[in-house]
Amino acid sequence: MTLYDQLPALVVAVLLFTAPIAYMLRLHGFPWFVATAGVVTSFAVACSLAATVIGGETIIYEMGGWPAPYGIVLSIDALSALMAMLITGASSAALIFGYKSLADEVGEEIAPAFFAAWLLCTAGLVGMVVSGDAFNIFVFMEISSLSTYVLISAGPDRRALISTYRYIVMGTVGATFYLIGVGFLYMVTGTLNTADLAARVGQVEDIRLVLVAAGFVSVGLAVKAAIFPLHSWMPNAYTFAPNAVTVFIAAASTKVSLYVLMRVDYAIFQNSIANHDVQLTFFLVPLGVLALFSGSMLAIYEKNLKRLLAYSSVAQIGYIALGISMTSVAGLTGAIVHMFNHGLIKGGMFMAVACLAIRYRTVNVANLAGAGRAMPWTMAAFVIGGLGLIGVPLTPGFISKWYLVLAALNEGWLGALLVAIILFSSLLAVIYVWKVIEVAYFREPRSNAVPVTEEAPLVMLIPTWIVVLAGVWIALDTGMTVGLASVGAKILLGAAL
Amino acid sequence: MIFSEADTILYALIIPLVGAIAIALTGRWPNVRETVTLTTAVCLAVVVWSLVPALQTGGRPELKLGEMLPGLSIAFKVEPLGMLFAALASGLWIVNSVYSIGYMRGNNEQNQTRFYVCFAIALAAAVGVAFSANLLTLFIFYEVLTISTYPLVAHKGDEATVKSARVYMGILLGTSIGLLLPAMIWTYSVAGTLDFTPGGILAGRIAEPLVGLLLLMFAFGIGKAALMPIHRWLPAAMVAPTPVSALLHAVAVVKAGVFTVTKVFVYIFGIDFLFAQPSHRLIIWFACFTIVVSSFIALRQTNLKRLLAYSTIGQLSYVVLAASVLKPLSEVGASMHMMAHAFGKITLFFAAGAIYVASKKTEITDMRGIGRRMPWTMAAFSIGALSMIGVPPTGGFISKWYILGGAIQDDNYLALATIVASTLLNAAYFLPFIFAAFLYKEDVQPVKQHGEAPWQMVAALTCTALLTFAFFLFHQPIADLEAQILVQ
Amino acid sequence: MEVLGLYNYFVFAVLLMVGLYCILARTNIIKSLIGLTIFQAAVFLLYISMDKIDGGTAPIILEGVDDQIFANPLPQVLILTAIVVGISTTALALAVTVRIKEAYGTIEEDKIQEMDRET
Repeated sequence: MTLYDQLPALVVAVLLFTAPIAYMLRLHGFPWFVATAGVVTSFAVACSLAATVIGGETIIYEMGGWPAPYGIVLSIDALSALMAMLITGASSAALIFGYKSLADEVGEEIAPAFFAAWLLCTAGLVGMVVSGDAFNIFVFMEISSLSTYVLISAGPDRRALISTYRYIVMGTVGATFYLIGVGFLYMVTGTLNTADLAARVGQVEDIRLVLVAAGFVSVGLAVKAAIFPLHSWMPNAYTFAPNAVTVFIAAASTKVSLYVLMRVDYAIFQNSIANHDVQLTFFLVPLGVLALFSGSMLAIYEKNLKRLLAYSSVAQIGYIALGISMTSVAGLTGAIVHMFNHGLIKGGMFMAVACLAIRYRTVNVANLAGAGRAMPWTMAAFVIGGLGLIGVPLTPGFISKWYLVLAALNEGWLGALLVAIILFSSLLAVIYVWKVIEVAYFREPRSNAVPVTEEAPLVMLIPTWIVVLAGVWIALDTGMTVGLASVGAKILLGAAL
Repeated sequence: MIFSEADTILYALIIPLVGAIAIALTGRWPNVRETVTLTTAVCLAVVVWSLVPALQTGGRPELKLGEMLPGLSIAFKVEPLGMLFAALASGLWIVNSVYSIGYMRGNNEQNQTRFYVCFAIALAAAVGVAFSANLLTLFIFYEVLTISTYPLVAHKGDEATVKSARVYMGILLGTSIGLLLPAMIWTYSVAGTLDFTPGGILAGRIAEPLVGLLLLMFAFGIGKAALMPIHRWLPAAMVAPTPVSALLHAVAVVKAGVFTVTKVFVYIFGIDFLFAQPSHRLIIWFACFTIVVSSFIALRQTNLKRLLAYSTIGQLSYVVLAASVLKPLSEVGASMHMMAHAFGKITLFFAAGAIYVASKKTEITDMRGIGRRMPWTMAAFSIGALSMIGVPPTGGFISKWYILGGAIQDDNYLALATIVASTLLNAAYFLPFIFAAFLYKEDVQPVKQHGEAPWQMVAALTCTALLTFAFFLFHQPIADLEAQILVQ
Repeated sequence: MEVLGLYNYFVFAVLLMVGLYCILARTNIIKSLIGLTIFQAAVFLLYISMDKIDGGTAPIILEGVDDQIFANPLPQVLILTAIVVGISTTALALAVTVRIKEAYGTIEEDKIQEMDRET
């Protein structure tokens, strides 16, 4: 076996092995360096995997050489490769970006543990998307969750602790629900391998237990994915986490649970439960629509910029949920592309917010008056990100909205209604984005405020702009994202490539 | 020619952007910055105008930049309608830049660098709209135009201005995302393409009543055409400095709107197909309604710029009306009116701005006798107003002639009556003001004694006033060129 | 006796609900963590119950005995992992609780909420 064949394992293993190194080498700045080296390597591996599978094949990697269904396998297709790229890419960008901002917020003495947790978190998330085993997904989910709790609790405000605690409770309940569902599935099929499950669930006669399993799995994952109304852990977790951590988890973590939801629902349940697409529609469409409205409305009235963006994420997850619910190649393509694109947009925006925070020492919208003049580059990045949330052309948000609307138009009258809702909520996004822009550009700073005259440091500004320009790039050249997403969607639906 | 026509298109898009960067970099030295602006404007005009001969001989230069979505590329194709729009916008930008320099300096405006940068980007977007080969490309530049003009509208930055700019942004972005985008995606899902094709792409693919719905989505989705009831952004935009109102809100932005409407009618629906659908009458009704109502509203305005804004709304609906009559003569009339109105209205705005800079007056009621202090300005204003009314020998007469011709071809008495009524109303709101300006004495002494505005402004408005005459005299080549748009 | 034969599963359901109620109803952080632990323990019971086969023994092959019935070892292995995960979660949650106590001086959620509202 050549190293090339080991790439699927390597994408996770690199991260798992570097974590203890980051923890043990307690020299100044070293944990950050090790962590960055680890995730960047993993990102490179993920990219090469993506290049391999964009044609539509699936790589099956048998851990320890044990064949499925006895052994544990990693399975990588276009969809998981795209997600792996998103996770490792977001992790690398956030780490490189966080060099200064993390040093500012996270104390020197806890840095080794912090960066080890970061690596484990990335490993867990990547593990979830490459794993081909339902129980293994649970294990990776818990690895990522536990380390995410650690990352969030490192936030400088004491409210980070209580937010962490709430996240622990919600996250554990969600993961346990998933575990119960997997247990039921194992009970009726005797297997945990996802491919094998998909084949065997169809043969089960007593469908009731499968339905219960589907319910538990879907609700559990909905909690982890912060699908409205199970999102309550998210806004505070995003708000009080260290800024670079917010960049990472906002870009990647909820998306992974959505990915698993998609995988499980399409690969396993779609083929075996009659009318499963209708059930999925009834489950996700109302929640998605509610998420669009309530998330956007909460964002409109929110005063804290980080929480505003978190509520906007609730709404954006609503788009993804709608895309998943449509059971068509176009809908799923839209959902998958939006997962990636939204990760990129939100990551870039949270980076801009971190830049603002390091100068203004606050993220209250009202205190950012005059930021447009004091920090022109940062605010320009924020504006481009905001236009992406609205879905203006030349931003990645436009591409995903294009596919979602295209898919909804094929769904008859309900689809036309969905189009109206999707577009209406884009207009709500105009309101909450413009609220920030008006304050930053056209309001004079308060007289008692400490004047900010300096742009954010270049070590933060350059990564921010790389992410923003990457967003513009994938809005213009959609071959990679849309290519991987449509192949992924076709694999999920079992359609011909 | 030194470079190929495809390159020329690319340069036409890049020059204003490079100009914008250069303006931003030279912002510290106002003289250099203004030189850069003027140079950029001249270069752009030369490049754009160099495409005209190719078009006259029937050429359609094309340029494909790349595929954005599978089957949907960012592509450009110059055709007569777009050529007219691009030539108009780029040509008037030179005049406008001269005027801007006078206005911005005469007024001691803040943030002048931002102003010139955004202006250049807006021009790039206008050229992009004009040359788009498909609806997607057009939509992209349409949105860039909206966003790049937002800082210009909000230029002053005080509470009231920001509020108006919010209305501007909200309506334009709202209609385009809420209606135009779904209309476009719908078109794509039934036709499988978005390319502007002579004869249209929708014929036979969609039937009533859905055609009517799609048509309305386009007509109101293109908010820049300011069809009532989504016209409110245009008066709101009047808080901008006058050069912005003059070039962008009398030429580039609003013409981008009616241009898009015409283009959608001609190249997406196809006029023969659309003519067979009863629902195209809806647009005629909306346009007639807008023309008459906006004229009545204009009658009641006391602020000069708002009066001009409502006049613009009415004049834009002339173009929409002409386009939706769907007769060959009227389609030519639509394009001719875009040009005639541009010359006239930019003159009017230039004059309004000149009055403001010289006397700080904005209300019509304060402007009695101002013709004696500013004879050049008010003479130009009168010429612009006559062109709006459609009196020969001004450009407005020519375009109205074509539009009336189209309406007669269609036996459309509603359109005829509306045009006649609107002519009277136009006369009713322009002429009393002009008489008062020249014949009455000043009832209040102005705060400061003033004569004409800075020379740059007077030169600019004289130039555009002369263009109004020139258009009357030399419109034939343009009409010949525009007649090509219906050739399949 | 089929209903009674399923009593493991009834206990599972009851424990699950007790745990969930405890999480939702208690404002004291330690108490709701106890609820969380009960909630997880219920799932352990579910997995252990499903591998039980009547008369089955531990899955160890004995020499000379060939009609042995084994309990399914896989769920046991799985649940060992889950138990480890559960312990880590509890440990982490308790560590966070200690820091909450240090930062706020209380572990009552409603009081903490009040304190946060003031700042």
